[in-house]
Amino acid sequence: MVEPIDGNALAGPLSDLFTFDPTTASARCAGCGDVSVLARAMVYGEPDTFVVRCANCDDVLMTIVQAPDRFCIELRGMTWLKIPR
Amino acid sequence: MTGTSEARDGRIGNWKVGVVTSIRRESASGRSITIDVPGWGGNIAGQHTDVRLTAANGYTAVRSYSVASAGVGDRIELAVDRLPTGEVSPYLVDTLREGDELELRGPLGGWFVWTPQQTESVQLIGGGSGIVPLMAMIRSHEASGSDSPFRLLYSVRTPLDAFFRAELESPSANLEVTWIFTRRAPSGCPRPAGRITAADLEAHGFPAALSPTVFVCGPTGFVETVATALVALGHEPSRVKTERFGGA
Repeated sequence: MVEPIDGNALAGPLSDLFTFDPTTASARCAGCGDVSVLARAMVYGEPDTFVVRCANCDDVLMTIVQAPDRFCIELRGMTWLKIPR
Repeated sequence: MTGTSEARDGRIGNWKVGVVTSIRRESASGRSITIDVPGWGGNIAGQHTDVRLTAANGYTAVRSYSVASAGVGDRIELAVDRLPTGEVSPYLVDTLREGDELELRGPLGGWFVWTPQQTESVQLIGGGSGIVPLMAMIRSHEASGSDSPFRLLYSVRTPLDAFFRAELESPSANLEVTWIFTRRAPSGCPRPAGRITAADLEAHGFPAALSPTVFVCGPTGFVETVATALVALGHEPSRVKTERFGGA
């Protein structure tokens, strides 16, 4: 089984797209309703593809695929994302 | 949050070119690398950077490394352990020389960080090269003259595998260091070699009743074991911050 790392690893890849720090942003899991900072999420499959799973219920929160010519982000697993400012 | 306001101007994700100013041997497989990165602009203790290597054919590999230094300025220190199956760490440990250029982006991550404004007790628990972001916190703690009590539990295979050994063998007054040797303990060490256990955390860590902030960094298995044991010892999960690293 592949060992997960955690959401701290999302800071670099997502800095290409967003100006906020994703590790301190909180997401609500659409599966179990748990609210947690993304730094605490479990991340599988670096370096080019990230499957981000809820640390509480293991449902997929988001998927990020990096290709040379595009980024794809699937966010179906989170109800919302709260970004500190 | 400093991290977010800095990020908002859009510079964090930009790749910067750094120049290696010095390399120091930490262990048989570990090196600390000091790099001048124009535009870095300082970092908080615990933040990391991405390093990008580009091959002659255009193939790129990006990996994250914690920064061992903290504070203002454009000079940073990384410490890297060679992972035999890694794409980036063997280059950084075996091939990189002073004067070489490296592409970096950061500072990254505003969650696994310690700032001198924090006054509570702080328990640091590192496994292997997981010491690196904790070392930045120790240095920031000392440089700022903070009197918040710090304790470090540092788990390494043998004494020879320790990073920053000299610095950690003469800690400052507000820092207590406990070594855990997993494969071979030095002669005279009362604790036999073995992986970290809940008993180690209980004997040498701050008790949960003190509500310390706990930072745990290391390989995934190490972090899982320690975090589970901490919660069983009564530590509030929200006070336990973890950072896992994979093979890079």
